[in-house]
Amino acid sequence: MSDHIAVLPVRRATRSTDERLLGGVAAGVARHLGQPVLWVRAGFVVLATIGGCGVLLYAALWLVLPVEPDYRDYPDAPTGIAAATRSGKRTPRRTPSFDDVGPLVALAAVGLGVALLLRQVGLGANSTLFWPVLLATAGVAVLWRQADEAQRARWTDSSTRLGPLQALLGAGGWAAYVRLFAGLALVTGAIGVFFAQSGRFALLDDVLIAVLLGVVGLGLIAGPWVFRLTNDLTAERRARVRSQERADLAAHLHDSVLQTLTMIQKRADDPRTVATLARAQERDLRSWLYDDRDRAPDSLAAALRATAAEVEDAHGVPVEVVTVGDVSLSSAPSSRLLALTLAAREAVVNAAKHSGADKVDVYAEATRRRVEVFVRDRGAGFDETLIPPDRLGVRGSIIDRMHRHGGSADIRSAAGTGTEVRLTMAVATGDGAGENGG
Amino acid sequence: MSRRRVVIVDDHAMFRSGVKAELGGAVQVVGEAPDVDKAVTVVLETRPDVVLLDVHLPGGGGSEVVRRVHQRGPEVKFLALSVSDAAEDVIGSIRAGARGYVTKTITGTELIEAIERVAEGDAVFSPRLAGFVLDAFAGSIEVAQVDEDLDRLTEREREVMRLIARGYAYKEVAKELFISIKTVETHVSSVLRKLQLSSRHELTRWASDRRLI
Repeated sequence: MSDHIAVLPVRRATRSTDERLLGGVAAGVARHLGQPVLWVRAGFVVLATIGGCGVLLYAALWLVLPVEPDYRDYPDAPTGIAAATRSGKRTPRRTPSFDDVGPLVALAAVGLGVALLLRQVGLGANSTLFWPVLLATAGVAVLWRQADEAQRARWTDSSTRLGPLQALLGAGGWAAYVRLFAGLALVTGAIGVFFAQSGRFALLDDVLIAVLLGVVGLGLIAGPWVFRLTNDLTAERRARVRSQERADLAAHLHDSVLQTLTMIQKRADDPRTVATLARAQERDLRSWLYDDRDRAPDSLAAALRATAAEVEDAHGVPVEVVTVGDVSLSSAPSSRLLALTLAAREAVVNAAKHSGADKVDVYAEATRRRVEVFVRDRGAGFDETLIPPDRLGVRGSIIDRMHRHGGSADIRSAAGTGTEVRLTMAVATGDGAGENGG
Repeated sequence: MSRRRVVIVDDHAMFRSGVKAELGGAVQVVGEAPDVDKAVTVVLETRPDVVLLDVHLPGGGGSEVVRRVHQRGPEVKFLALSVSDAAEDVIGSIRAGARGYVTKTITGTELIEAIERVAEGDAVFSPRLAGFVLDAFAGSIEVAQVDEDLDRLTEREREVMRLIARGYAYKEVAKELFISIKTVETHVSSVLRKLQLSSRHELTRWASDRRLI
């Protein structure tokens, strides 16, 4: 234990956007101090009565404290958990409900009451400042709240490009615009009210021009900086999306492998099942990691691979498929290639079931003129002339089927050296069956 | 026959010990290495007959080991051993200078046989590698300047490759074609040389963007 004391990380306070009424400051402070939220809120209200000190403190903390990072972004969250959450396999934590405005209204009413009370009690002398300050405070609060909203939206949104407007408005929607304009209106209103009450309209023109010049100047100075900041933000987001994708990939792999390992432990006393499980998992991982060939799902190679997978699962014998060239199954007339794959399937099943070989090799070669499939095993073998006429497997499903569709089947087998089934199907020339290679 | 001296290069310790157990006493494992730098050092120090080389290796991959070792010891023979059977990896290893490519699912006996074959200076082609070769040297790829000698397979070589792709062992190929095993080995070595030296455009890139015809 004592070894680890030195490396304890510094605990930092954050604002909690999950439990907030206004900016989540009270909730964040309460969590940091380990006290009930209600006490902290009460503390702020009490402090607010002392010359608005609580309000200032609240505002300062709102500015300074960072928003509690979403656990999706939390670097310490386990890869699998984060990835599962992103891909919707976990229930995310409660997100703040914006329909829940009741407490906010209550809080505003209480605040207003306290302010009016203060005015009655002793701040009457400053009455020209009272309403403008109240309005401006509300406006600033609304604007800051929108900034939080935009930040949250930037976290959750995973589209790659981020415009400056989007950075300001977040996910957008009417609520964002309402907040933005309400905030601006409140602040402008506060300025207007101030001038109206003080009766110094004459100064208004000059002040407006000065403010306008100030804003334009600020824009010129800060504009490029804001633009660069947005670009940085985009780059950073892109990097994060990439790392999330990597994490998802890793999680998928670990997920499936974990599943299989558990099952293997359960069936440890059954070597055949264990081998089948391991082989199925290997196939899955292999296609995940190295396969780019599933782009053509209706191709001969894909059909043969699917057949091999099925037979492996059903009979526990590995089937290795090698293909040279490839054709689409629909590229030859009258479902010839379908017949070919079905015949090949029968041959693979026979080899896996009856030969006793520990492996079956399938080789398919597609050229412009014809498609050939070889199914070979090094098992027991048999004498073709001795196949009883009622054994439908070889005769019906392989030889006759190939002949019916205009192809041929040739079976070579000898006791002890295994069997090779050779299937040949002509693909009509000149019908755009495609080029070889390429 | 003296036992072959072998170095195993793989970043997974579990796999290295697995291979060692599987090889048993048939070969003498004189060294192991988990990454490119250590592999180069160990191989140059021990000068084994055959290096069993993983294709995916920290520090630049198996090809980098072959390249750096061959600068100082061109006689060292490599047999690539990988879980990946992606075309880029298979063709890439051969073009880097490995004399054979087998996947990690190979059985112990087959692996010992493959080590022996590579040590003798012959090449080891798995069915999949043979399939890739046939695909790569298929008729219709246009090459600006065809070097007849290097950029085409002879009819005999093509036949040998097809039989290997169909799952035939070398001696079965020999029997099928009525030639000696030695002749089969000559053909396979010649195909290996073509695969390594052919100017046929970017075989490796071909391998990664093969498409449906």
